[in-house]
Amino acid sequence: MPNMKLSHFEASFLFALFTSVVLGIVTKRTDRDRLQYGLYTFACFLVALFGLGWLMYFGHG
Amino acid sequence: MPKEQEEKRPSAPLSAWAPAVALGWLVPGGGHLFLKRTGRGLLLLVTITAMFLCGLMMRGTMFQPQSGDLLTTLINTGGFVGDVCSGILYLLAVWLGYNQPDAAGAVHDYGTKFLVTAGLLNLLAMVDVFEIAAGRKE
Repeated sequence: MPNMKLSHFEASFLFALFTSVVLGIVTKRTDRDRLQYGLYTFACFLVALFGLGWLMYFGHG
Repeated sequence: MPKEQEEKRPSAPLSAWAPAVALGWLVPGGGHLFLKRTGRGLLLLVTITAMFLCGLMMRGTMFQPQSGDLLTTLINTGGFVGDVCSGILYLLAVWLGYNQPDAAGAVHDYGTKFLVTAGLLNLLAMVDVFEIAAGRKE
């Protein structure tokens, strides 16, 4: 089994991608709504990722 | 009123949804494929399997149920349930010896979370399969 060595950003990005795809599929009733919700969820993940990243950067001093 | 009507709706018989939900647990996306939702089933299969494999390749650890204080019991038992929800991916990984010992490091932690989340996403897919099989969703 190959060893994956990812940075925090890469791992979080992959996590956001996989989770958004599944959430989009299982929560909505039409393909259009699924796509929109998947993209919305992915965008929310990224905003949280960058937001928390900067928060930790400034909090750390 | 619509809420009352929804409560009175008869529940679907076990035989209508149990095989699809069981297949959905065993093979991620399998329930959707069984119910002829091919596109969604394949996407779930690829996504959940990829997430599980990434978790394994990051040397994530599988949880084992442990008793002790409340937090230890909750984390380990909850994590174990999440892992088991991956179905055949979990069974194969344990059977083939890919269950890694717990190691310190951010990437290993991410791997452990990937493994649990893959199972929890499969649980969501199983709920979706139940709703489709029970006729509550297309």
